[in-house]
Amino acid sequence: MTALVEVNNLSKAFGGVHAVEGVSFAVDAGQVYSVIGPNGAGKTTLFNLITGLYTPTGGDVKLNGESTAKLEPSQLAQRGMCRTFQQMQICMNMTAIENVMLGRHLSLKSNLLTTLFRLPALTRGEKAAHAKSAELMEFVGCGEYINAEASAMSYGALKRLEIARALAAEPKIILLDEPAAGLNAVETTALEELIRKIAEQGITVMLVEHDMKLVMNISDRLLVLNYGRVLAEGTPEQIRANPDVIAAYLGG
Amino acid sequence: MFSEFLQYLFTGITIGATYALIALGFTLIYNASHVINFAQGEFLMIGGMATVSLTAMGVPMLLAIVLAVVLAGLMGIALQRLAIAPAKDANVVTLIIITIGASIFIRGLAQLVWGKKYHVMPNFSSDEPIEIFGAVLNSQSLWVLGVGAVLVAVLVYFFTRTMTGKAILATSMNKDAARLVGIRTQMVLMLAFMVSALLGSIAGIVVAPITFTSYDIGIILGLKGFVAAAIGGLGSGVGAVVGGLALGVVEAMAAGYLSSDYKDAVAFSMILLVLFFMPRGLFGAKVVERV
Amino acid sequence: MAKLSEFRLKGLVFLAVVVFALPLFISNPFHYSLATQIALIAGAVVGLNLLVGFAGQISLGHAGFFGLGAYFSAIMTSHYGWSAIPALIVGAIGVGIIAWVVGRPILRLKGHYLSMATLAVGFIIAIILNNEREMTGGPDGMPVPAFDVFGWELSPFGEYSLFGMDISGDLAWYLFAGVVLLVAVWLAQNLIDSPIGRALRSVHGSEVAASVVGVNTTKYKSLVFVISAVYASVMGALYAHFQGFITPAVAGFEFSILLITMVVLGGMGSTIGVIIGAVVLELLPQVLADFQEFEMVLFGLILMLTMIFMPKGLLPTAANFLAKRRAKSAGGNA
Repeated sequence: MTALVEVNNLSKAFGGVHAVEGVSFAVDAGQVYSVIGPNGAGKTTLFNLITGLYTPTGGDVKLNGESTAKLEPSQLAQRGMCRTFQQMQICMNMTAIENVMLGRHLSLKSNLLTTLFRLPALTRGEKAAHAKSAELMEFVGCGEYINAEASAMSYGALKRLEIARALAAEPKIILLDEPAAGLNAVETTALEELIRKIAEQGITVMLVEHDMKLVMNISDRLLVLNYGRVLAEGTPEQIRANPDVIAAYLGG
Repeated sequence: MFSEFLQYLFTGITIGATYALIALGFTLIYNASHVINFAQGEFLMIGGMATVSLTAMGVPMLLAIVLAVVLAGLMGIALQRLAIAPAKDANVVTLIIITIGASIFIRGLAQLVWGKKYHVMPNFSSDEPIEIFGAVLNSQSLWVLGVGAVLVAVLVYFFTRTMTGKAILATSMNKDAARLVGIRTQMVLMLAFMVSALLGSIAGIVVAPITFTSYDIGIILGLKGFVAAAIGGLGSGVGAVVGGLALGVVEAMAAGYLSSDYKDAVAFSMILLVLFFMPRGLFGAKVVERV
Repeated sequence: MAKLSEFRLKGLVFLAVVVFALPLFISNPFHYSLATQIALIAGAVVGLNLLVGFAGQISLGHAGFFGLGAYFSAIMTSHYGWSAIPALIVGAIGVGIIAWVVGRPILRLKGHYLSMATLAVGFIIAIILNNEREMTGGPDGMPVPAFDVFGWELSPFGEYSLFGMDISGDLAWYLFAGVVLLVAVWLAQNLIDSPIGRALRSVHGSEVAASVVGVNTTKYKSLVFVISAVYASVMGALYAHFQGFITPAVAGFEFSILLITMVVLGGMGSTIGVIIGAVVLELLPQVLADFQEFEMVLFGLILMLTMIFMPKGLLPTAANFLAKRRAKSAGGNA
């Protein structure tokens, strides 16, 4: 079985800074795969490379066997890849549910004619999208904000909203960039539950995180980055026992 | 043939020098505050109009010039203090509209005080045109070029050798860091606007004998100065000068050899070409967006 | 979403009521003329709002499209004997194509560079209209034949009858313009509250977020640019027929600034708000008629003050204020 995501010798340099160098690993469908490492290790850069926001200076990323080199993020979305951001990208000029409905963009068929004249085909699609989006908001745990403006939501709720939006695109793989950042212990436990529920639906999850407890509890496999290079790769038990990793970072 | 070419060249460099000074004013403010000051052209207008009306009231020329420049400087400070600072971190569109509003306001004041007529300012030195290889050069043009060169030299010295100048540069690169090392950013911003206004008004005074002056010359000159700054690369001083001279020369050549009706269209066509093919301008910096 | 569409419907109904009730309060032909003018310009502003308020782009040259629509209709009906409606439609299509061609490279730019580029486009259009004297009459302008529907003329000087009542040409034109405005608003609202509308708004909210859910932001920026240009072109054409005479000022920088100010003043992203913005700014010169020389100073002052203290615009600021007061009187903490 070919891996869902294959990263081969991936590198990205910004001028003289080698943010990511020679990184290779593979993620199988259905796995929860986490990327950890100290600050500045290149985790978000790696995510940006995989999701098409950066162009690699070397190496390659394959999604379902297809190289993503020339693909735009919107094209990757068409191929089943979706993500959230370390610095939340919520459209504050829309309501909460409209943000999630935005995630339904690719599955909603509409053209200018049906839109301008509000033909039945459009209203049907809108109703369905609204219902599905409300469902997703309940699923991620911000159901109480269904009729709210995005600007009225708390930080934690917005993080969950972003996940709902990503899920609305019905992705095969979802990449979460530091979803637990800024969350307290209670919220983090809820997040762990949510990621488990997402994985149970068969969606592959890739995670960048600092919260060790969360990562160790939830992951099938881990990738440890340090200074842009791979330090170690394996199951949580293997990583926990790896002396290099302990020395570099897990130490206390 | 050659004299014709030379004629256009002289015209182009002269007006180009004016554009360059306006462009420097834009660049200065943009660097200090990331604001595009659509009212920049009005400083030019104030310089010329104030000088003309003061001399008409009997004030000696030199004093009139000094007063006009000081007036413009004060307006620059007022603009920053009263219109820009209160808007804090408004978005691009809002800031653009504020400066456009300021330019309309200043123009409205000028119209109230000085009416709508054109005014003539005499040449600084002789009215005798100078002949060079068959081309005729207005003696005022030499003043424009000379004063322009002096101003650029002063600015270069200011920014590379004085603490205040370096403080402005520091603020433009990183406002918070500048504040942390003790630079009073609010002062810096006011200073940037003031210097910009001084530049603009001096340019306006020195070019007024050639172009006449009235309450609404600021608009098109300001816009062309903006175009020049963008061609050179928003934020680059060298770019402003090069852009200004380039714009002036191309415009004069096009007006001479192609069509003078479409002279104004030259600036706008040039900016479109630059924006399409070299969006950062000739000397502008690249910006990477971090997600 | 129930709340959202409810709000939009209220706005449209409110506007319809105002449009149809106004004739009860005015009877002066000059007032009708002013109201008609306001309605047509407001229509263009509604289109510009889609681009600026909802999609978050900038256009400092939008009057160029208005002017192109106006002059195309003027030239075709005046010099080539076309009927008004075909001229309007073909003009709109032409302007749409120009907007698409020009928009593709321009909309790659952002912020100041985008404002520069749109400014330049507007100016170039105005300069061409000014210079091509033979076709356009140059800076002195040109006369425009009355609007006609397959030979039946609609002129402000005509006499018509509607539902058995005698109506003056002014009133007839006013009603026509009012209906056009209502249709323009209805179409705009439908656009906004739809997948295309959300895609447009996401370009403003977060382009990055939009792209990762599959929105082709380039395509949508182009689309909204074209739509807003077409709005301007149609309104420009109607304006030309209504005024009976146009000059290149109709495509000029000052008018572009006026249009964008109406959007910003009324409240970017609020369709009814920008109409209010249009009403206020068109009525201002009338209110200041006795103080004509102060008009410029006051206009500049209004621009600055509203942008500094009410950057969201009149309507959203007022709505916010009212909402806060309601929350306070409801008592307790949120």
